[in-house]
Order: sequence, then structure tokens, then C-alpha cells
Amino acid sequence: MSTHLSADQLLHAYRVMRTIRAFEERLHVEFATGEIPGFVHLYAGEEASAAGVMAHLTDEDCIASTHRGHGHCIAKGVDVHGMMAEIYGKKTGVCQGKGGSMHIADLEKGMLGANGIVGAGAPLAAGAALAAKLKGSRGVAVAFFGDGGSNEGAVFEAMNLASVWNLPCIFVAENNGYAEATASNWSVACDHIADRAAGFGMPGVTVDGFDFFAVHEAAGAAIERARAGEGPSLIEVKLTRYYGHFEGDAQTYRDPDEVKHYREQRDCLMQFRERTTRAGLLDAAQLDRIDNEVEAQIDDAVRRAKTDPKPQPADLLTDVYVAYP
Amino acid sequence: MARKISYQQAINEALAQEMRRDSSVFIMGEDNAGGAGAPGEQDAWGGVLGVTKGLYHQFPGRVLDTPLSEVGYVGAAVGAATQGMRPVCELMFVDFAGCCLDQILNQAAKFRYMFGGKAVTPLVLRTMVGAGLRAAAQHSQMLTALWTHIPGLKVVCPSSPYDAKGLLIQAIRDNDPVIFCEHKLLYGMQGEVPEELYTVPFGEANFLREGDDMTLVTYGRMVHVAMEAAGRLAREGIDCEVLDLRTTSPLDEDSILESVEKTGHLVVIDEANPRCSMATDIAALVARNAFGALRAPIGLVTAPHTPVPFSDALEDLYIPDAAKIEAEVRRVIEGRKVA
Repeated sequence: MSTHLSADQLLHAYRVMRTIRAFEERLHVEFATGEIPGFVHLYAGEEASAAGVMAHLTDEDCIASTHRGHGHCIAKGVDVHGMMAEIYGKKTGVCQGKGGSMHIADLEKGMLGANGIVGAGAPLAAGAALAAKLKGSRGVAVAFFGDGGSNEGAVFEAMNLASVWNLPCIFVAENNGYAEATASNWSVACDHIADRAAGFGMPGVTVDGFDFFAVHEAAGAAIERARAGEGPSLIEVKLTRYYGHFEGDAQTYRDPDEVKHYREQRDCLMQFRERTTRAGLLDAAQLDRIDNEVEAQIDDAVRRAKTDPKPQPADLLTDVYVAYP
Repeated sequence: MARKISYQQAINEALAQEMRRDSSVFIMGEDNAGGAGAPGEQDAWGGVLGVTKGLYHQFPGRVLDTPLSEVGYVGAAVGAATQGMRPVCELMFVDFAGCCLDQILNQAAKFRYMFGGKAVTPLVLRTMVGAGLRAAAQHSQMLTALWTHIPGLKVVCPSSPYDAKGLLIQAIRDNDPVIFCEHKLLYGMQGEVPEELYTVPFGEANFLREGDDMTLVTYGRMVHVAMEAAGRLAREGIDCEVLDLRTTSPLDEDSILESVEKTGHLVVIDEANPRCSMATDIAALVARNAFGALRAPIGLVTAPHTPVPFSDALEDLYIPDAAKIEAEVRRVIEGRKVA
């Protein structure tokens, strides 16, 4: 294979994907102990999408994420310990324990929030793109949503608006095959989510979401187009999730061998490692070192999150408003 | 004598002056200019009732017409507000909130708290409220209590041209999301409005009339109806104090309680439907905090628990009028039960 990415860029992409995987697999284990409150929706299996898109973005660029947002947060540079502490409901969390898994946000990193409302991030991303356009910056905004979100009117309206206003906005439909327990090949009325782009006057492509390089290339073209003032694009990333809709989902709606097949045959980290080492772009020892570093980082994040302080009673009433007489 | 302009002109002037002062302010909405992409005049409408007329040519690129797409463009306003802009977004009729409520309820209102105090979302959502235009059930509601119920939102209901300008400038400069409710029957109202920029603070009720016998609490267009009733009641020897809340969130609880402590009587007037309304909220506030001061049960004058009807014969019955307020005041003072 050939790529225009430098070794450092490749190592960064691998580190991002490995961090997401380790974060999510650890959450899978820790959630089962009952120590983590609420719900978590794991992104494991989908790492190439977040890493491939976010490789093109800086802190000036915004993303709006989904309920399955941990991967987007990590790829956008949100602090891993701060995320873990947030998921544990601790004061040290990136949202001081007031948001939780579904609302992790870091506006300084251009991370407009995971979102508990399916499809709701798309208009927000259009607004961030509008702000970039009005300010005359080179910033772009990316709206992530799933195959479920692709059926939401909010997404349609955001896509239409982005085209009408020619906004630097990229719509990324992460089609993992299931909206909760409903198959996308049933709930999405067209063959490909990408086909819907035509209805909103923008280009649409479908890419293999297990292939970091495919996502990276498609996202690069769409983001370059947006930065050049040529308007929005839609990218459908086809992939799978390795866990349920949420932790605790018995997934009886899936073929029992489905995840095993993807893990063994298509896994994005496995493919990335094989292709980059076989091509002599990276060596296995470098990647092993990242694996070990990431493991230690996640261990540290979990250890600290477990012992970090919870919010204080007085925190209940703070930060509802900037100011309220 | 000070200059007189209309409520509508006061809003237009506040928008223009704030856009001139602050380059991050821009306006957007359905036909805020009008004529986008059409062969004829640009700025053809200036808003469906002409409130934003003329701004399009004064501020090129900062008056954005939108598709009819409330969830899309209200959400875009929320997103832009998180990125250092100060959008003044028009939701033509408050009734259309049904289309875009999520972006207000679950997004704009929640960001600051849910993100641990790090988000600032200085959005103004201008919207027309109220009955009286024979516009029927889907273009005539108040919905004040809906917004007021939601932590994270501020809710403003100006009753005069002076307040419309000062409260809108405050709303634009405010760092929280603000629902700015413009009563459609007030657009033509004339009043004294200073030419210079000024703000009217949120959470400070306006004592429009002093009185010792009865406190009338209201907001929006009902302020004028209450004043009319108070004028007639004075001739009967009942002196009403009239409080215009100006904002329902924040709510000036102190002024309400202070007035009731003085008068011992309260009638709340609300153009909205009665259940879980500002009327019941204020009644509960006073019952809880000033029960001992009350010399009679609290009176309420509200719309009935029905949608807004179309026919003038019915809509005129629906909207509280001065006669109903006067009757309720007399009933409360005379200690009669609700008929």
C-alpha cells in the first residue's frame, strides 16, 4: 500500500484508535461491576471512522457527536481521564459529573457534545459551520449520526440548510447496521444512506468503515471541499459495533457469529497494523509500545476516576445560567 | 416631548443598533428579509409582519433568510451561539415550537449545566405570541409557562415599546438563551422610546400603578387590559396596584410578595391557558410565602382550558378582558366564592 501520511501521522491515528478500543473494552468490563451509573453506548469496532475523520481537523473545527460519542471525543482530543471521571459521575469529569457518558463535551476542543437526542447534533453542526462562515475562518463542522439518526428530520433539515447556505459542514453517517435493535436495512428506505445526499444537492459516498485509509481519504476530500467554500458533503461509513446498543443489551436480534466474524476478518486495528507493517511504514514494536502506553493510560484513568471526589451538594444548583438574578 | 415609535419599530431599532454595535450579532428566520432567490424585490417582507424590514440592506450578509425548516435553522442558531456568535433567531409564531422544541429544550437550555458550566449559548429566540388576530388554534398561543418551566431559559414578555427595545437589547447582550415573546397585537402600539441604546434588566417587575386595595399581577398584552380595569375599579373606590412582570424567568418574586403584603389581595391575570400556568405559579408563590397577608383567597383571570378558537364570537370570549378582571377583583374583595 501507499499513503501520503507520515509515520508520525500514522502512529497518531493508531494511538487514537487503540485508545478508543481500550477505553471501550475497559468500560465493558467495569460497567458489568455495577459501579458505573446510568447507560453507556460503546463505540468499539467503529474506531476507524472517528480517527479517519478527526485526522483532518484542528481545535478550530467543530464536531457534533451522538449518544455513542466516546470515540469521537477521544479522537477530537478530549482528555481521557476527564472522560472516564465524567462517566463515573465525578467532580473531576470534563462536565463536572453533570453530563455523563451521553453529554461529554469540550468546547475548547471543538467538541460540541455527545448527544442523547438522536439526530439533534446535525443542526448544531450546521450552526457551527455557519459561525465559521460568518467569521470568515477556515473552520469546518462535522455532524456525526448513525443509521438511526439518518432517518431523523433534524438531519434532513440540517443537510438542506447546509446546502442552501453553502456551509462548510460534513455529514458523517456511521451506519453500524442497527438503530437500537432495528436493522438499518429495514429502517432506511433507500439502498445507501449516501444516496440521500442527492436529495439535498450535495455529493455522497459510501466507504468501508473498517478501513482507516478509506475513511481518511473520503473525509479529506469532503473537508477540503468544505474549506474551499464548495459546501457540504455526506459520507456514509459502513461498520459495525462490537457491543450492544447499550451495555446490558443481550443482542438477541443479531446473528450470534456476526461480531466474531467482523472482529476476526475486518477489525480496523488489525487491518491497520497488518497493512502498515507489511508495507514497511511502521514496525510492530512501535505499535506494541503504543498498545502498552494506552493500556497504562486507561488503567490510570480508571484508577483515578474510581477514587476521584463526587460533586458536592452545592453543585446541584450551579451553572444553570451564566447569570440569573 | 420624547419621541414616540411603535412596539414593532422599537424592536427593529434595537436589532439595528445592536447589530451596529456588535459584529457578532446577526438575525435569521423565515422571510426575515423575504424574497431570497426570487426574481423580485429582496427584503420584500422584512418578516411576516414587517418587524425586521430594512435590516437586510443595512447589514449585508447578516440578515439570513432560512428555508421553512424550524428544527434546522433554530438548531443552527443554537450551534452558532456556542461558537461566539449572537444570533437573534425568529420563530415566526411560538406555536411552531412544536417543530423545533428539542433544539431549545434539550440543547440550548441544557448546555451550560450539562457541560459543567463551560458552555455559553447567547441565543435570542424572537417569537410572536398571543391571541386576537383571528389566527386560530395554531397561530395564537402564549405558551409562556412552557418556556418558564425549563431551567436554562430566560423568558421575556415586553408590554410596551420602551420595554421592547430595552429588554431586547438586554436579551441580545445576555449570555444565556432567551425566549423573547412579542405579542402580535402590540406591534402597532405607540410609546415613548429613547433613541439611544439602553437596557431594561431581567427579573425586575414594573409597578405601573400604585394601589392599596388589590394587587394585579400580569405580563404581556394583559398589562393594558389590567390597567383599563384598574382605572374603572378606582372609580368604584378600589385602588389596584398593577405589576408588569416583564420577564417570567427570572421572576421578580420579591415585588409580587411585597405588593401582596401591602394590599392583602391578589388577582393574577394570564392570557395563557390556566393549568400549570404563570397564574397558578404566582398563586402558589403567594400562598406559600404570604398566606398570612392575604385577606381573601387569590383570584385568577385566564383563558379557558381550550385551544384558541377562530370565530370572533368565540375568540373574544377566550381572551381575558377588563370586564372579567373587574368582576374577579370585586368577587375577591367581597369574599364571594367562585360561581
